[in-house]
Amino acid sequence: MSFFKADNLVKHFGGLAAVNNVSFEVRKGEIFGLIGPNGSGKTTTFNLISGIHRLNSGKVIFKGQEIHRLPTHKICKLGIGRTFQVVKPLGRMTVLDNVIAAAFVRVNTMREARELALQTIDFCGLLPVQNLLAKSLPIAWRKRLEITRAMATRPDLLLLDETSAGLNPTELLKAIELIKKIRDSGTTVIIIEHIMHVIMSISDRIHAINFGQTIGEGTPQEVAQNKAVIEAYLGTDYA
Amino acid sequence: MLSEMKKNLYPLIFLLALAVFPFLAREEYYEHLVILFMMWVIIGSSWNLLAGYTGRVSFGHAAFFGSGAYAAGLLTYHYGISPWWGMATGGLLATAVAFPFGWITFRLRGAYFALATLALNEVLKDAAKIAEPLTNGMVGILIMPTFSSKLPYYYIIMAMMVLTILCMRLTVHSKLGYYFVSIREDQDAAESMGINTTRYKMISLGIGTFWTGLAGAFYMNYMGFIDPSVVFSLQDISIAAVLVGIVGGAGTIYGPAVGAFVMIAVQEFFRSGFFGVFKYFGDKTGSAAFATLSEFVKSAHALGFGLLVIFVILLLPNGIVGDWGKIKKRVFRVKTVG
Repeated sequence: MSFFKADNLVKHFGGLAAVNNVSFEVRKGEIFGLIGPNGSGKTTTFNLISGIHRLNSGKVIFKGQEIHRLPTHKICKLGIGRTFQVVKPLGRMTVLDNVIAAAFVRVNTMREARELALQTIDFCGLLPVQNLLAKSLPIAWRKRLEITRAMATRPDLLLLDETSAGLNPTELLKAIELIKKIRDSGTTVIIIEHIMHVIMSISDRIHAINFGQTIGEGTPQEVAQNKAVIEAYLGTDYA
Repeated sequence: MLSEMKKNLYPLIFLLALAVFPFLAREEYYEHLVILFMMWVIIGSSWNLLAGYTGRVSFGHAAFFGSGAYAAGLLTYHYGISPWWGMATGGLLATAVAFPFGWITFRLRGAYFALATLALNEVLKDAAKIAEPLTNGMVGILIMPTFSSKLPYYYIIMAMMVLTILCMRLTVHSKLGYYFVSIREDQDAAESMGINTTRYKMISLGIGTFWTGLAGAFYMNYMGFIDPSVVFSLQDISIAAVLVGIVGGAGTIYGPAVGAFVMIAVQEFFRSGFFGVFKYFGDKTGSAAFATLSEFVKSAHALGFGLLVIFVILLLPNGIVGDWGKIKKRVFRVKTVG
């Protein structure tokens, strides 16, 4: 039984095939990169996995269970956490309250939720800002809050949607460190990223898509030498 | 711990003052005002749970208030059952009306949900007008009040108000409260955090409408008379509930209490012609102009409250309680730490 499997995902928006027959498998414990140029269907793939969009056809199988017909909140309960590319902080709540709200999916009492939230905040390095309002945070902290909130739901699989975009070099290093730490703590990660040296350095395997279709899969080295991938990113002259 | 005690101190002192108030005032008129005030605290608080905490603004809370009032009135009118039994059924009927309504309309977001509540308000009002065999239509329902004194009503509504506020506090400081606010801030994020947003919006609606229905049933008992245009009134109940919430501070526990106080005060200030100032001058000078002016002022109470709301929105967008820190700084020149 595979840990996570996307089987022939198809999603049409009107006449546009945003995701067209994309299949991949993710092994437990790895960091799996999802790359592709702008508009290639990466975020749509995430939305299909987390149940925000419904599949036109195909299957999403998580720990042996078909999940593509479940509502988003049930998918989260089953153990798939996600972050949003356009961050969605709960603005008029403090950072701590943001994370407590997420922790309530695993525990029921206020005390337990607070404890779990504080643990997660500590783990993700948000302690210095825990009492600030989420809307007052700069972008780097907001991105980190997205990850923290997702981690507070104790996911087995975490979907990270461009959590490094807009960060400066120091922040970037910290973000990479955190993602590795998450993997080492036992959470499997699927990551969408545009910054090549980030995705190349942390992914165990990478899946590349363009125009909603798979153009390559393999280790970072393999994908970097893949003709179709180079063509998609740099144009035919370089391929 | 100390700040926690201090937080509870003011409401407790206020409650104590309310408890002894009838013995000090000894006038039915003031008792009546305070009864109305306390009823509005209940309506405002339940509106606030839905709108202030869950972010689903209701422009039709009269629908639930009226349902509660009619539930209490009809049982007495048709079956002779004590209208106090109607208190329980009033709350439950309001919730029973709310559930199918919420189930259908919660897929609407923002202003569209608010418009749907407005529609529900009007639909129920017309239904109560048309269903004459059941509701007596525009003639209304008259029942004999249980008590001739206002005192029993005073303490009943006071108990209800305390229960409402305790219920709100418990709710807000629990998992429910966190879920409601999460839904208010971002429904998609909430859903991806494992929150069944539909279910929790229904729970918020259920609790909020239950207390409003209860207040409606109390109103039936207290006034002894209802008709569709009174209890399903758009401006006097639905809009007033919104204003009470906004003036006091949506999304704060004690905001609706402050808002209710301000509303009743402004209303009576105008209704009594600025506490009889015009009448006084009219009598003194013998000029008829003052009497006319007094009449104008009496019918302008809605305008007065409307102006107040405009000022509150412009200067204190989070309401009086929500912007208390700002008021302290500006008006009392107190420097707040942090």
